[in-house]
Amino acid sequence: MSDVSRTVVVGSRVGLHSRPAKLVAQEAAKLPVVVKISKDNGTAVDARSLLSMLALGAKKGDQVTLTADGDGADGAVDALATLIEQDLDEADV
Amino acid sequence: MSEELSGVAAAPGVVAGPVRRVVEPVTDLGPPTRVEDAKAEAETARAALADVQMLFEKRATGANSQEVADILSAQAMMAGDPVLWDNISGAIDEGLPAPHAVARAFASFKTALEQVGGYVGDRAGDLDAISARVVAVLLGAPVADLPVSSEPYVLVARDLAPADTAQLNPAVVLALVTREGGPTSHTAIIARSFGIPAVVACSRAEEISDGESVVVDGDRGIVVRSPDDAHLAEVERRAEWLTRARRESHGPGRTSDSHGVPLLANVGNAAEAEAAAKDSEGIGLFRTEFLFLDRSEEPSINEQVEAYVSVFNALGERKVVLRTLDAGADKPLKWLDLGGEMNPALGVRGLRTARVRPDVLEHQLIAVARAAKATAAKVWVMAPMVSTAAEAAEFVGLAHDQGLTRAGVMVEVPALALCAGDVARVVDFFSIGTNDLSQYVSASDRTIGALSDLLDHWQPAVVRLIREVAKGARVGGIPVGVCGESASDPLFALVLVGLGISTLSMAPAGLPLVRASLRAHSFEDCKRMAKLALTASDAVEARASVAESVHIPIG
Repeated sequence: MSDVSRTVVVGSRVGLHSRPAKLVAQEAAKLPVVVKISKDNGTAVDARSLLSMLALGAKKGDQVTLTADGDGADGAVDALATLIEQDLDEADV
Repeated sequence: MSEELSGVAAAPGVVAGPVRRVVEPVTDLGPPTRVEDAKAEAETARAALADVQMLFEKRATGANSQEVADILSAQAMMAGDPVLWDNISGAIDEGLPAPHAVARAFASFKTALEQVGGYVGDRAGDLDAISARVVAVLLGAPVADLPVSSEPYVLVARDLAPADTAQLNPAVVLALVTREGGPTSHTAIIARSFGIPAVVACSRAEEISDGESVVVDGDRGIVVRSPDDAHLAEVERRAEWLTRARRESHGPGRTSDSHGVPLLANVGNAAEAEAAAKDSEGIGLFRTEFLFLDRSEEPSINEQVEAYVSVFNALGERKVVLRTLDAGADKPLKWLDLGGEMNPALGVRGLRTARVRPDVLEHQLIAVARAAKATAAKVWVMAPMVSTAAEAAEFVGLAHDQGLTRAGVMVEVPALALCAGDVARVVDFFSIGTNDLSQYVSASDRTIGALSDLLDHWQPAVVRLIREVAKGARVGGIPVGVCGESASDPLFALVLVGLGISTLSMAPAGLPLVRASLRAHSFEDCKRMAKLALTASDAVEARASVAESVHIPIG
């Protein structure tokens, strides 16, 4: 059991919504553990939930914190952190 | 017995066909009754959500553009959202029936997204559509949706949203009729881009039933129920002329006696410019908002140069009239905080935003000048929402400083139109934006369908203001174009030419008919029609008297 937490800066030009949020939620759904995401010490929401992520309203340059517990938490947080830091609106995924 | 329902002409053409109605969503669920078997209720809710998710996924795959596919696949994900599901199943556990639980969960997320505002806030309305669909599945009610038909039909609806029209198949939709909306509404724009007739603000559209036969007259703004043989013969005669006019109309705009009236296109990006370049004499309105909206910071000069170059290049050596950023409280920009305004249409918008952020306008003009230098197009630049000669002179000075030799102003504000003679001395050209000019001179919000009769470009006040502007331009020796939707009205185009307008710019779909209309009339005919429009006592009489004297069957 290990608690993992990492804070990253949103890299997408449009912020963490539309296409970027969709890509993050899709990736989160594939991970073995639930990763939670929060902004400004607010409530941590399930990164698999596109609606919850949209409601965070994270803009480009905002800091968001990713947390996860259990086996594979490290890798899961890393995977989402890498994604969030990129400019996903540009990425041709 | 045939019966005429009147509305507002929103896109030209006339057609006869059977009606298919858009089914309206269930909005009133009534009070909830307590659910006994929560487990079974949750199962039905889950199945309904899965159905809807699958449907959206399927539609995303078949969507006609990447943008629409992205919106639909995001909507599919929303229907399958795990946190939304937790809310729904929690509510069902408390005894709420599935439809109520679904509607409540979507509504609470809708509020959350509205609070975020901006782009996310704009998408909040999508949740209503997903929610309505899931509820309809649960109730076994007809799903609020566009008709599915491979036979051509006339689409009748309360109103059409962009998400609806994205699904429309231009091959089977003959015409659009809506109860809401105005001549500049989304419905009107889509109809013109499909090249099909539309009648909007038709208050009795609700009475038309599914399957009945109607004639939609997009030139006169009427829908004929139970049309008789005479109506159908008239439709055929006009349809024949329209088809021939569209097919045979190519080349430069001119009257029958060779008075040249360059026909230009209104575009908003490079793809539209490329399409428009096929059969137009240039771009009369290049809207640059696409670069600025939906982003968290001002686009860099380099990025702007690149975007402008791709539009200019599409036109070769032809003319492109670029309009500088037209933003304001109604088209808000995240990086340009103008605060809330009680009357956005009368607020800090268009050129006025340069009072708050002069640097943005300067950067844009630098970028336009660089792009102009890098291409062969004849680049003209103009500012929107200008009210005084002093504002006009200042803008023109800034543009000239950047080496842009042709700098002008949009004429949308009546104050500017009334002083056109003075303004003409300090600018290189005028371009009349008739949509906004109508809204400002009649003090009628152009987004309110119920006021569309006041917004009619045939209103004597609008025609007289256009005459003033044309007169001022003549005195100042500068050209004056029209780039509002009124230019695409094949009858009104004749009036404009008669008033002394030198170029007409419109959505590309409107070009063939206007071109055919001009070629069937002499410059003298146009002047006579301008006089008829100027002396009419109201908009209806103005249109009718011009329609009576044209040589083509579009009256």
